Amino acid sequence: MSLADYAAQHGLHRVGARPNLWRYLKQTWDRRDFAIAMARFRIQASQERNRLGMLWLVLQPSLNALIYGLIFGILQGDANRPPDYAAFVVIGVFLFDFFSKSLSNGAKSITGNRALVQSLAFPRLTLPLAVVLENFMALVPMLGVMGLALVVMGHLPAWEWLLMAPLLALYSLFNAGVAMIAARLTVHVRDLTQILPFINRILFYTSGVLFAVDRIFRAHPWAIELYDFHPLYQVLQIARGLLMGGSYELHYWLYFAIWSVVVFVAGLLFFWVAEERYGRD
Amino acid sequence: MAETDQHVHRQPVVIVDDLHVKYRVFAGGRAAEGAAGRSGLLTRARGIRTVHALKGVSFTAYENESIGVIGHNGSGKSTLMRAITGLTPPESGAVYAASRPNLLGVGAALLPDLSGENNIILGGLALGFSKREVLELRDEIVEFAELEEFIDLPMRTYSSGMQARLKFSIATAKQHEILIVDEALSVGDKGFRARSEGRIREIRANAGTVFLVSHSMGSIADTCERTIWIHRGELRMDGPTEEVLAEYQDSRGRR
Repeated sequence: MSLADYAAQHGLHRVGARPNLWRYLKQTWDRRDFAIAMARFRIQASQERNRLGMLWLVLQPSLNALIYGLIFGILQGDANRPPDYAAFVVIGVFLFDFFSKSLSNGAKSITGNRALVQSLAFPRLTLPLAVVLENFMALVPMLGVMGLALVVMGHLPAWEWLLMAPLLALYSLFNAGVAMIAARLTVHVRDLTQILPFINRILFYTSGVLFAVDRIFRAHPWAIELYDFHPLYQVLQIARGLLMGGSYELHYWLYFAIWSVVVFVAGLLFFWVAEERYGRD
Repeated sequence: MAETDQHVHRQPVVIVDDLHVKYRVFAGGRAAEGAAGRSGLLTRARGIRTVHALKGVSFTAYENESIGVIGHNGSGKSTLMRAITGLTPPESGAVYAASRPNLLGVGAALLPDLSGENNIILGGLALGFSKREVLELRDEIVEFAELEEFIDLPMRTYSSGMQARLKFSIATAKQHEILIVDEALSVGDKGFRARSEGRIREIRANAGTVFLVSHSMGSIADTCERTIWIHRGELRMDGPTEEVLAEYQDSRGRR
């Protein structure tokens, strides 16, 4: 009798086998408290030794927005600069931050937690999701500052502001998908962590964070049409439309909803398939 | 053969079946034999080296057993233990178990900048406790670790002994069916060591199976009746602790 038969006879199961998708999701859901605690405590621990502590969570993006706003506001000149530039930049920089951190920290969520992955058994999906959760928690105080800044700039709160909730829900879904894909890719190709800062930078300058796309590409209408399918541009444009009281393309909602669901589901499947691979060096 | 007959009637909990584990590592530097005549950045030997860490290990562990695992540094002990928990996937062969074996190691989940208190919560959740269970176990964990006065301080301010005590207390707060202890019993002072050995026995008494990896022959002789000896990725010997330890010490004396 082989050992495998002997094992089956006594009801033993193979250790480390990947569970089916449904059980995997259930196991991940059972670990939600762990993901929440990890996200919360990591934010807390990261600011523990700074004198200004949690204040840095909002100070850093504010300073970023200030510098970018000043430099690119002057560089662009009156012709290309979008109207109400200060509000334009604040919304752009603050919201883009959520994506770029989810991408770069999500990519490190498995490789950067090697010791944890090699010593405790839990669905690895918890790690990239905790990263997105952590970044979302960091976004909340930034939204407060953003609202305050908008009021100071003369945009009074309106009912449309409430639509930010579904937008952020879709955005979180999208970022979770991105984080899961990046996490697995980094496991296969470690070099990705070296390239990601550049990808982040390129996306920062090409997603309409600092530029009004329709003004910059006035002479190239095809480029503007291309932007209709750019998920990050859609998020920023919807948010600006809602918060600054301007008009925006309503069908961006549909496009971005499709983007979010597709990226999330694809990321989930892509990550789950390699579950057994993550402990290996 | 009397011993094998006796085993047939016992309930197996872990079966390791012809287990092979290989690591693939980017070998930095230059391979010695490839040095001749080649130069330049791109042609430099940067091949993938394969390390065959376990070469066909098989054994069966039964209910209520505590098994010592010995071997020289780098012999594959820790790899074997990680493969048993399913954390390191095997190249071929398999590990079967009645329930998922747990590695006694929670340290990796903790954050040095966090207070001991919050680390208990984080570590407990990482082990799979619910939030309520963690809060219920909190006092017991603090007490066992003897950290009542310091529990609100960041963990990085603890001495290494205090940190090890905290980790051990969190990890053993749970009743494990199959527990793997890797070099954890050598922490803390004499008093703590005695209590932690007591706790290991307690886990065993509650129908658990314990693997103890250690370089300390003393603690293996005290806690294990069976010992396996891993040598260069192979199972060199498997039997009653006394015999295996005698043989092991003999081989070391000869070197």
